[in-house]
Amino acid sequence: MSAPETPISERSDCFQGYRGPARDALAKFSIGVWSEVEIVNDQGSAFVGVILPRSETADDQHVVIKLFNGYNVGIRADRIASAKETGYKKAVYKIPEKAFPFDPKKKSVTLLGTGGTIASRLDYRTGAVIPAFTPGELYGAVPELADIANLDTQKLFGVFSENMGPEQYKALAIAIGREIEKGVDGIVVGHGTDTMSHTGAILSFMVQNSPVPIVIVGSQRSSDRPSSDAALNLMNAVRTAAECEISEVMLCMFGPTSDNYDLLHRGTRCRKMHSSYRSTFRTIGATPLATVSRYPKVPGGSHFTYISQEILRRDKTRKPVINPSFEEKVTIQYYYPNFNPDIIDGLSAMGYRGMVIAGTGLGHVNKPIYPALKRAIQKGMTVVMTVQTLWGFAQMYVYDTGRDLLDLGIIPLDNMLIETAYMKLAWVLGQADDPTTIREMMTTPINHEIESREPHNGYLILQGGLPEVDAFVQKHWK
Amino acid sequence: MLDRLDYEAVGLISGLEVHQQLRTKHKLFCRCPAGLYTETHDGEVLRHMRPTLSELGEYDGTALMEFKTKKEIVYLLNHLNVCTYEMDDTPPFLVNQEAIDASIELCLMMNMDIIDEIHIARKQYLDGSIPTGFQRTAIIGVNGSLPFHGRDLTITHVSVEEDSCREVRDKGHQIVWRTDRLGMPLTETVTGPELRTPQEVRDAILLCGMTARSTQRVRTGIGASRQDVNVSVRGGDRVEIKGVPRAGYAVKLVHNEGIRQYNLLKLREELHRRGFTTRESIRVHPFDVSDICAGADLGFLRQAPSNGGKIFAVKVEGVAGLALHPTQPDTTFLDELSGRIRVIACLDEAPIVLSGALLPEFPGKHRMLERLRKRVRIKENDDYFIVFGPEEDCRTAADEIRLRFADATQGIPKETRQALVGGFTTFERILPGPDRMYPDTDSPPTPVTEARVATLRARLRPPPWERIERYMSWRVPEETCHYLIRRGGAEILDAVIEKTGVDGLVAAIAIGQHTRAMKRAGVPVERLGAGEWMQIFDLLTDGRIPRESIPVIAASVAKDGVSAEAAAAAAGVAMEPRERWLESVDRLTMDGYLAGKTDTPGKRLRFLTGRAVDQLLGKAPAKDVAEYLRQKLTEVPS
Ligand SMILES: [Zn+2]
Repeated sequence: MSAPETPISERSDCFQGYRGPARDALAKFSIGVWSEVEIVNDQGSAFVGVILPRSETADDQHVVIKLFNGYNVGIRADRIASAKETGYKKAVYKIPEKAFPFDPKKKSVTLLGTGGTIASRLDYRTGAVIPAFTPGELYGAVPELADIANLDTQKLFGVFSENMGPEQYKALAIAIGREIEKGVDGIVVGHGTDTMSHTGAILSFMVQNSPVPIVIVGSQRSSDRPSSDAALNLMNAVRTAAECEISEVMLCMFGPTSDNYDLLHRGTRCRKMHSSYRSTFRTIGATPLATVSRYPKVPGGSHFTYISQEILRRDKTRKPVINPSFEEKVTIQYYYPNFNPDIIDGLSAMGYRGMVIAGTGLGHVNKPIYPALKRAIQKGMTVVMTVQTLWGFAQMYVYDTGRDLLDLGIIPLDNMLIETAYMKLAWVLGQADDPTTIREMMTTPINHEIESREPHNGYLILQGGLPEVDAFVQKHWK
Repeated sequence: MLDRLDYEAVGLISGLEVHQQLRTKHKLFCRCPAGLYTETHDGEVLRHMRPTLSELGEYDGTALMEFKTKKEIVYLLNHLNVCTYEMDDTPPFLVNQEAIDASIELCLMMNMDIIDEIHIARKQYLDGSIPTGFQRTAIIGVNGSLPFHGRDLTITHVSVEEDSCREVRDKGHQIVWRTDRLGMPLTETVTGPELRTPQEVRDAILLCGMTARSTQRVRTGIGASRQDVNVSVRGGDRVEIKGVPRAGYAVKLVHNEGIRQYNLLKLREELHRRGFTTRESIRVHPFDVSDICAGADLGFLRQAPSNGGKIFAVKVEGVAGLALHPTQPDTTFLDELSGRIRVIACLDEAPIVLSGALLPEFPGKHRMLERLRKRVRIKENDDYFIVFGPEEDCRTAADEIRLRFADATQGIPKETRQALVGGFTTFERILPGPDRMYPDTDSPPTPVTEARVATLRARLRPPPWERIERYMSWRVPEETCHYLIRRGGAEILDAVIEKTGVDGLVAAIAIGQHTRAMKRAGVPVERLGAGEWMQIFDLLTDGRIPRESIPVIAASVAKDGVSAEAAAAAAGVAMEPRERWLESVDRLTMDGYLAGKTDTPGKRLRFLTGRAVDQLLGKAPAKDVAEYLRQKLTEVPS
């Protein structure tokens, strides 16, 4: 144990997170966060370890110590009989960097960081995750990447997935355009998973005709866990960016919960469908584009199994179209029984220019809100209709109620997903005012956000308990 | 020295980690049922484990070892007992408070200091036994003790943790686990390193077991409690013998481990004598000798190349003869190499590894041996080792041979050894350090209030030593005391004594000894609860059955499911109520007195007692009849 060098009074943040009696106790015994201590309580029990920072949300009664046997315990401040500092070692949050090897025979891939943690190392004392991001850090954490491609990285911003927004979307589209200009063979975007499919959708509109794959990747289990999906996702995403034939905006995440393969989902057709499962992302109303696996099925063979035939192929001579438009006054309204028309009037009054309705069934809302919708549309709001069922089409001509809505000027978007419709409407309204142009743009698919046909296996929700599904799962879903 | 050991002279020291499943309704961090075992599965999941970087950016030793093995991990799932939490697809739910309460009770019984605020930590395991790659665990109490052999045995701490998967098979690069047990709450009781003989280890296991049973909060049966025994000798290091299933097995295991360490220290001396004092001084050279051995008439060597594998000869400089250095009565240092190669390089085809020194035992192989020795350029003091299998694994094996010899230069490697039948052990993994533990950021801390502890203390059952003292004061044999406490009979015993006022010794013998005999005879004794015993002892204290008839009645109650009264009647041992047989005795005395057949009071008493006992056989307790007559006759004027 090292002798304390810095007196407690000169250490910054030595009561990190501690308040009230717990803080008073630390001060009383001249100890603080990262102090190596011997604490004895009122029953004579001795605790030897390091004082940890306290979570801001925890109470103000306990002092947390990481014992030298690895366990943590909280000691009630008023039970501390004596405490002695025997050393002090502040945590250093640093990942060892190793130069990422360059191999002229390998493809070049750029990883753009948005803030999601893909690779990281763990602070053993606090359990905190320290992100690895620079090529050197990534190489230190996932050395297998060097066998796949030459990797360059750029940190665009450090925001949580839920804080991604128009500003970040635009910056990301522009950065992608710049990398394509530089001639990279593929682009990987590191992203938190909560709004990953939203980003997939908007990038599909902002970056069109890409000559190379644009692969968005993240992890459902953070990489500080031995069972994390992060390393495998990252390897597969880099592989996809470097070698995959499909030159679209895609999400690369676990296919099954097993460490088996990743699915490549089209940016416009994908959704997070489970709050925590590894294989949370599902392509909806279509099949995924392809699978990608760490090892080829046969030695020397392809790492990819292509599922969809309708794909945009890689072509480095093609020029991309970068169009970072975004209208922020757009909303999604999820219809439910007893939906109050005031909401629509209110949004209209606040100047909202676009509204995506997630309607029931084939795209319905009830009659009492018709007048409000009519008023909003007359005032210039674009109202589009999608379906809450996620699978299936908005077919508003089937019932009278739907026909009435069509008469009001609501635009049905077939099987466009709710969030994709939101991103597209924001993107369209960011560049068009004329209702005819807007309607034309919204209903003309750019990259399969509307599928004219739903394939017979496009509605495949794996549900346990059915014998035929269980048989399928056991065979294909390991 | 291979079979006898002066424990004190070699400084043998042991400590225990006793694992005990708690009897809760649900698992520790999810709502799955606990204790529902299944032998079939309806789903499979495949995973791999990847070590996470430690604070210094380096991998923990065990983690690295487990990563080297590159195991494919398969989990067998049954929807009855596993959910998405255990498979690490759903974060933990709040910790099961029933399990926390049970752990606190165990701590209180061992006079421990309860932790004020419980924090969940993660303990990394990369062998796949837990799908997350770590076990969630928390210290509940510290600083306790148990009265043991006239001194205090320190209980360092008690933690509550998740139980792991059950291994189905482990072959090559694939390990298969069943997940039914996974996530069940388990306590770990850690003693101080204070046990000085194998016998003390056994007794301490028994004591810990009885203490846990006494809380009435733990599971019993196969696998419900397992212990790890830490053993070291002076100058050695801590070796953990994992999975000791029974107290009795510990004696030989600890003894043999003491011998192993003693002999490994001797081996270190020999290595030092030969100039190998540092880990770096061990040099190995692997050679691909597939071509030489291909034609050999040895089945295992012929098979390797035909399966696409290789045969490697790994030369180790200067260690001639050391592979055969004995470690235990039937094992040598070669077994140490073999264990590491099997686990880490995944080469598990027998004989796993051969020493060049042993090869001459294969007759008629001179030409091949000659070529081998030439290829590896063997010198007089060198030895070489043959391994076979996939090339990558052979190279891993070569490195493990180097590492094991390197460890030998330092003494005894800290490792976990698996207990095998016959008192032997085999390498399981390198012993993990505290570096593999870190806080679980998914779980909030749980404060434990003084009121909660007080409530739990109030309902605490008597600890085993208190019961043993009480029972032994009634002259119950110690072994019977232990049996009663271990099998739950003590709870019944205390209850029936309180309710019926039956003599303690009589009841203890009935519940603690007769039950055992009945069980051996196949009687379903588990049907004998406190209620049944109370019926039986009520009859006894009312003088309605003789003491000798208890086993018969109890067996009948258990087997036929009838009341004690009916069982006694059926057995023909039901006695008349006291008033009724008193009348009969009174009648007899009258007759006898008037008959005038006796002259002296003594003769008269003997005569009447004989007749009364005879006539009232099975209807009245002989002792009471005799006593009654004695009193009655002394009252009668002669
Ligand atoms: Zn569960």
